[in-house]
Amino acid sequence: MAETAHAPRSPGRVVVAGASMGGLRAAEQLRAAGWTGAITVIGDEPHMPYNRPPLSKDVLAGKVPFESLAFTPRASAADVEWRLGTTVASARLDERVVGLDDGTELAFDGLVVATGMRPRRLRCDGPSGPGSGRHTVRTLADARGLREELTRPGVRVVVIGAGFIGCEVAATAKGLGVGEVTVVDPEPLPMLRPLGEVLARALHRRHEERGVRFALGAGVAGFEGEDRVTGVVLTDGTVLPADVVVESVGSVANTEWLDGNGLDLSDGVLTDDQLRVGGRPNVVAVGDVARFPNARYDGVPRRVEHWSIPTDTAKHAAKSLLAHLVGSAAQPAPFAPLPTFWSDQHEFRLQSFGAPALGIADVRVLDGDPDGDVLVGYHCDDRLVGVVALGGPAATTGAARYRAQLLARPALIS
Amino acid sequence: MKVVVDMNKCQDHGQCVFSAPDVFQLDDTGRLAYVSDPDDALRDEVEEAADVCPLQAIRIEA
Repeated sequence: MAETAHAPRSPGRVVVAGASMGGLRAAEQLRAAGWTGAITVIGDEPHMPYNRPPLSKDVLAGKVPFESLAFTPRASAADVEWRLGTTVASARLDERVVGLDDGTELAFDGLVVATGMRPRRLRCDGPSGPGSGRHTVRTLADARGLREELTRPGVRVVVIGAGFIGCEVAATAKGLGVGEVTVVDPEPLPMLRPLGEVLARALHRRHEERGVRFALGAGVAGFEGEDRVTGVVLTDGTVLPADVVVESVGSVANTEWLDGNGLDLSDGVLTDDQLRVGGRPNVVAVGDVARFPNARYDGVPRRVEHWSIPTDTAKHAAKSLLAHLVGSAAQPAPFAPLPTFWSDQHEFRLQSFGAPALGIADVRVLDGDPDGDVLVGYHCDDRLVGVVALGGPAATTGAARYRAQLLARPALIS
Repeated sequence: MKVVVDMNKCQDHGQCVFSAPDVFQLDDTGRLAYVSDPDDALRDEVEEAADVCPLQAIRIEA
């Protein structure tokens, strides 16, 4: 840090669009990679970057205060300019300009796309909007609003979508003492697509044993109620009485501001294996909005909504952007992160390393028993591509033992 | 350098162990143990460990 303080500043400005974890990590990694020029980070929320996973767990449960979620930026990022409560509304990449929602324009030499995702909303009949009892869980404001309603006595909760967020919120609601918690999903088991049948069954049973009810194989036709929701109407006509509804039915990429630049925005923003966007060396993408090929696997570009990805992508994207900005000929190796995710539900944890989704057709129990601590392996062409543990600390330690093996294997496409 | 882990926040994910195995370890019971004054040569590793902590429980104080 002492060195950079006395070094001449690089000319120019990097604009980081998005002030969540990916935006913060990008700013920090640009400094770590040696960028001494200006960095401006633009974010639509009024808060400095904060850690989102506790929003569906300990923060929602009231075990941890909202204030504790703020990230502590590295000292090297102390001179980064934060424009919060401001949305990036447009971009003209050829002219190296972004437009903000207050009408101002900002010129950039390098641009980091870190605008992330927003929750997908159900479009069907019934009450909607603030005060309707329909919630999502993405932001601090979301979690505050949901917590306030979950802690009302006698509240009945319907969670739509049995993915990570849905299962975590259902478990947290039960932990808060909510009597009626029902999870609705069109699949026959919770978390079936990301985890496969063995773990999905084990999860289903554990949730049911702890009082969570399920309406599986069911879609949502609409909501009952005038200003506030009173029930969820399923596609088979069943009505689930509800005072609070949580919609956890996936997410939508915040890429509209990039329209008109000839980019592939069909699912997030497509990047190359250096996280560059649209073949432009001065534009990179980080976090869950980036659809990148992972050289460790099949090279098919995918968005990855794991907590580890903003940090992994920021580290690589900063190097790739800086190589262009300072005119370095050095080409970093293709981006090839080892994905990892966890999920805490009730008193057990899911811990994953690798890419279980790529091995979902060949699932084997590696250790333990689905009724207790269990470790499951996912295989593609007989090769282990991912492991997921379910249970207590012993199970997750077991998963960690496979991490080195998953890292060491040569890439599928090499 | 000085490292502080907020043990009220730590939930024994062990991600720090992968980034900085010379500084962070999980003991036999799965609880975190760490070196609070590691050599400055390990700064990059420790910074990475702080980044990947799911609970953001690791602070580098100097």
